Amino acid sequence: MSEFWTDFLIVIARCVFSVAFVMNIVPLLIWGERKGAAYIQDRPGPNRAPIDLPNPLDVPRLLGAVMAGQPLVYKPIVSLRAAGLIHTLTDVVKLAFKEDVTPDHVEKFYWFIAPVIAMTISLCTFAVVPFGDQLLGVHLQVSDLDGGLLFVLALTSLGVYGIMLAGWSSNNKFSLLGGLRSSAQMVSYELSMGLAAVVVFLMAGSVSLSKIVEMQQQPLDLGFIAIPAMNWTALSPFGFLAFLLFWVSAFAETNRTPFDLPEGEAELVGGYHTEYSSFRFALFFMAEYANMIVASAVTATLFFGGYAVPFLDGATIRANADVILAVLGFGAVPAFTTFAVIAFKRQTRPFYQVLAAEDPRRNEPKFWTGLWLGAAAAHGGLGVLGLMGGLAALSTWASLPELGGDLVAAVLHVSSLGAKVLIGCWIMIWVRWTVPRMRYDQLMNLGWKYMLPVALVNVFLAAGWIILRHELFA
Amino acid sequence: MALPKPNKTLTLTESSYIVEVLKGMALTMSHVIKNLLNQDFRTIEYPDVRKPMTARYRGAHRLLLRPDGGIKCVACMCCPTVCPANCITIVAGENPDDPAEKFPVSFDIDMLRCIYCGFCVEACPKDAIRMDTKIYEINAYNRQDMVHSKAYMVNLMDGLKPEAGTAYHVDKTLAPAGYTAEAPVRP
Repeated sequence: MSEFWTDFLIVIARCVFSVAFVMNIVPLLIWGERKGAAYIQDRPGPNRAPIDLPNPLDVPRLLGAVMAGQPLVYKPIVSLRAAGLIHTLTDVVKLAFKEDVTPDHVEKFYWFIAPVIAMTISLCTFAVVPFGDQLLGVHLQVSDLDGGLLFVLALTSLGVYGIMLAGWSSNNKFSLLGGLRSSAQMVSYELSMGLAAVVVFLMAGSVSLSKIVEMQQQPLDLGFIAIPAMNWTALSPFGFLAFLLFWVSAFAETNRTPFDLPEGEAELVGGYHTEYSSFRFALFFMAEYANMIVASAVTATLFFGGYAVPFLDGATIRANADVILAVLGFGAVPAFTTFAVIAFKRQTRPFYQVLAAEDPRRNEPKFWTGLWLGAAAAHGGLGVLGLMGGLAALSTWASLPELGGDLVAAVLHVSSLGAKVLIGCWIMIWVRWTVPRMRYDQLMNLGWKYMLPVALVNVFLAAGWIILRHELFA
Repeated sequence: MALPKPNKTLTLTESSYIVEVLKGMALTMSHVIKNLLNQDFRTIEYPDVRKPMTARYRGAHRLLLRPDGGIKCVACMCCPTVCPANCITIVAGENPDDPAEKFPVSFDIDMLRCIYCGFCVEACPKDAIRMDTKIYEINAYNRQDMVHSKAYMVNLMDGLKPEAGTAYHVDKTLAPAGYTAEAPVRP
């Protein structure tokens, strides 16, 4: 294969990975939002939609029935409800097959492209976020732009177009008000967001996100002790204030409660997406969650070391790949065994006692017990592989000396970023079900009168501190 | 019109939002952790778990039989008279064995009109009608099936509640007068 095609495939793979990373977390977040809201409000939340699995011995007969075009009738042995995860799947099916209504009074062209813009922009923003350093010399980042963070800020400004166009082209006063509010709010909070990010530029000396992460992988020097790979921006005083400002602005930029005035349903029906139905609505809905993921990813990259694993920098991971694999593999065994025990104990819940004896839902706890035990066994196997030096053997066999270390590093880095993103998204969900929506004047007061001055002062103090430290200690 | 209360002056920590928001988040997280660990909710998982109804709950009506198998109702017309919703229709007939006593040839209750006040039960001198079935799922696919007939109400407590529509389709003799299997054609 020629050089060109290899590069081309690598680029495609990186793009597909970054889009898949965002789009796979979206349904998880929708589930997390519903379940989190339910648990906060002392409800069980979604838990009914099942997938009925047939008896494995029955599968050949069912395949024959499918081939013969007969209806698929079987007696399920386990009804998989997965704590409500199936509801997300059914929601997607519902939204995809609903009637797509285009009202007569809308401005057609802009109305059609508005959800596409909203979704595209939020997916594009992820392009500059690094999700690992390198795998066999391939950078794990769609595009390592020199002006990486500027690209993020530019695209978040563009993101307002999706909402604004939707609000205006819907030709409906509620939608228009929603779009207006959204644009005013985004423009106001972009200032403090940008100023908060300036502190990170000053500390890293670069706006490239990969350089910022590299800076945060340095040891954190506390004078008497140096903690490896923990030089996170948020752990310095000015960095922490910048993080707070950036995070609050990110809430406003993603239109999340307490700043979700654009879709304030009590005042504006549905806000900018009032007129949308079916999959166009789903695009706006997914764009909101994709925005959450991107905002969390950018915050993690700027302030919490991005893909960096706490206490382990890239070189350490690569040098001790087999040890890390063994530790993680064996460490996961008790965790998964605990899950199995919890799943097994759920059979004693009163709900399972009232079900009929042949109800397939009765077998669900057993299914999960088996699954978690299987996961524990698989991780134990990985641990044994690490103990026996399997990765070193793999690298020798493939005659690529870096392969084993790079694999472990890539997996750890992507999981580290994923964990940070999920924590950030959970905080967004958590805040949404805790804090009531702000009034519009309170929102503008907070943005212009408090956050902007604080951000400005923070930039000057941080710059002074950096120069002072440079003069005194370097 | 009540005048709005003057705003309470906020302390510094309250007006800076952050402390108060963190307090609220601690409260909501305590609920999440409690519910994750205990899985103990007030919610009743309805079709599988049912709320036990109290003894005085007024559910669907049933008609009672005498020990010899005849219907207790003597078609005295007390219940249609007292019924505030006019939902009971009784056609009385004479009992050929005992000319002194009447019996209902048909006894229909339109459950769409019934307001579940229980006056029919109180008015009945023969304890022939009761609302003690505790059945609250009174539903059908068309209006005709919502009219409960005499045979349906007599059989109501025998085993499981037969779904009104299914019962009528299986056994046409149970159906109220004028019942056709097809939905009526609207003009």
